[in-house]
Amino acid sequence: MTIVRLIATTALSLCLAGAVAAEDTSIIVQSTTSTANSGLYDYLLPIYSGESGITVKVVAVGTGQAIKNAENCDGDLLLVHAKASEEKFVEAGFGTKRTDLMYNDFVIVGPENDPAGVAGSSDAKAALTKIAETGALFASRGDDSGTHKKEVALWKAAGVDPSSASGDWYRETGSGMGATLNAGIGMGAYVLTDRATWISFQNKQDYKIEVEGDETLFNQYGVIPVNPEKCPSVKIDAAQNFADWLLSSEGQEAIAAYKVDGQQLFFPNAPKE
Amino acid sequence: MQSIGEAFRLAFTLVVTGEADLYEIVALSLQVSLSATLLACLVGLPIGALVAVSRFRGRGLVLVVMNALMGLPPVVVGLLVYLYLSRSGPLGFLGLLYTPGAMILAQTILIVPIVAALSRQVLEDLHAEYAEQFRSLCLSRWQSVTTLLWDGRYALLTVGLAGFGRAVAEVGAVIIVGGNIDHATRVMTTAIALETSKGDLPLALALGIVLLVLALGVNAGVQSLRMSAARHAMVGASHV
Repeated sequence: MTIVRLIATTALSLCLAGAVAAEDTSIIVQSTTSTANSGLYDYLLPIYSGESGITVKVVAVGTGQAIKNAENCDGDLLLVHAKASEEKFVEAGFGTKRTDLMYNDFVIVGPENDPAGVAGSSDAKAALTKIAETGALFASRGDDSGTHKKEVALWKAAGVDPSSASGDWYRETGSGMGATLNAGIGMGAYVLTDRATWISFQNKQDYKIEVEGDETLFNQYGVIPVNPEKCPSVKIDAAQNFADWLLSSEGQEAIAAYKVDGQQLFFPNAPKE
Repeated sequence: MQSIGEAFRLAFTLVVTGEADLYEIVALSLQVSLSATLLACLVGLPIGALVAVSRFRGRGLVLVVMNALMGLPPVVVGLLVYLYLSRSGPLGFLGLLYTPGAMILAQTILIVPIVAALSRQVLEDLHAEYAEQFRSLCLSRWQSVTTLLWDGRYALLTVGLAGFGRAVAEVGAVIIVGGNIDHATRVMTTAIALETSKGDLPLALALGIVLLVLALGVNAGVQSLRMSAARHAMVGASHV
């Protein structure tokens, strides 16, 4: 242990200069991947930082891991999309308050030849049942992310237990959205993905959206400052400042203004003050 | 397959146009991995040398463990370092998580066994040549160690390069403890992972090519240093 301590201190001194300079005015956001991979932060953060002088550092991981990291006090703000887990996070005292931020929707993408015959459907349950019945390949995140939680809920609603077919037609990649899309496309499997990631994804090959428009595919994002009572290291003022900006009319307009290929990726729906 | 040709073109354009973001990532990659290599050598070389010159009970076991640790999975190292550096962990008060310092620490732990095990092998071979002389000069263990480290310095450069190669190429540890934060902890490998997950395979591959060239550059630099030093030493000797 002394060696670890020694190395840690040495390493600390090595990067001291950089760390100290950025210390006071930066916050860490534990975030879901879709908001990062789709380029939303690249668009929002320069606007916000320019106005506030606060640097926002984004750690983009799956929602499950983001919540876990925040529970370990390794973030100042949480921006994820799994309402039930988020509410549990706040109830357990880790977050001060959860607020709806924006939404988009999930879609099921699949190959051109559509082996399960679900193209054009707007009934997610029926589509999943068909995929299970035909034994067409389905690639799941399998990583406790927000998208994975949604997928599990959809299977449950469809009355199908895909885990019994795990490794057969049900392929759990255990990785992020992009990696799962790459794998799914590689093996010709259907994939449930959020629309933002899909629109900005650049390795689509012959894949297209097969199922969309079902209200159960609604995808709500929420924002939660981490509670300084649980985590004294949290920079609550800066975190609250960023959350307030995101929820303000200015932040909401900026979210709505972000487009990829002319398509709006996120639809702001913060409660009006 | 056309994306490979595209990747080479893209890699070339990236480097030539000198995109600031790319240079930032390259600089951080070098800073982190070279620091880790330096630290790992400071810790690993004395360990390797000490084990090389010592005979003790259970030495065989120590060698097996040292060699086995060369196969430490980066993601496991990353996880362990994360647990220690997390705000809820024992070293959380340092505030090192998601900083280059955390990445240096993780890579150092990852490559100390490589440096120790490989240098042990190199120095043990050298020691076999020198053992008689050492005995006749009645050198202490510490003197033997420093003599071996000095005389074996050129071979040990290769050991350091092996450690550097492992450090600069790994993604599993730095992505956990660094968080792949743009303009803060993004290095070549985590940038490659990110672009892959965005489906931008040509850009990911282009960054991979840049990383390879980078590793090539460091190796070539060390090699030429070594050669000029050796030449210098020979010229010096012939003048005597």
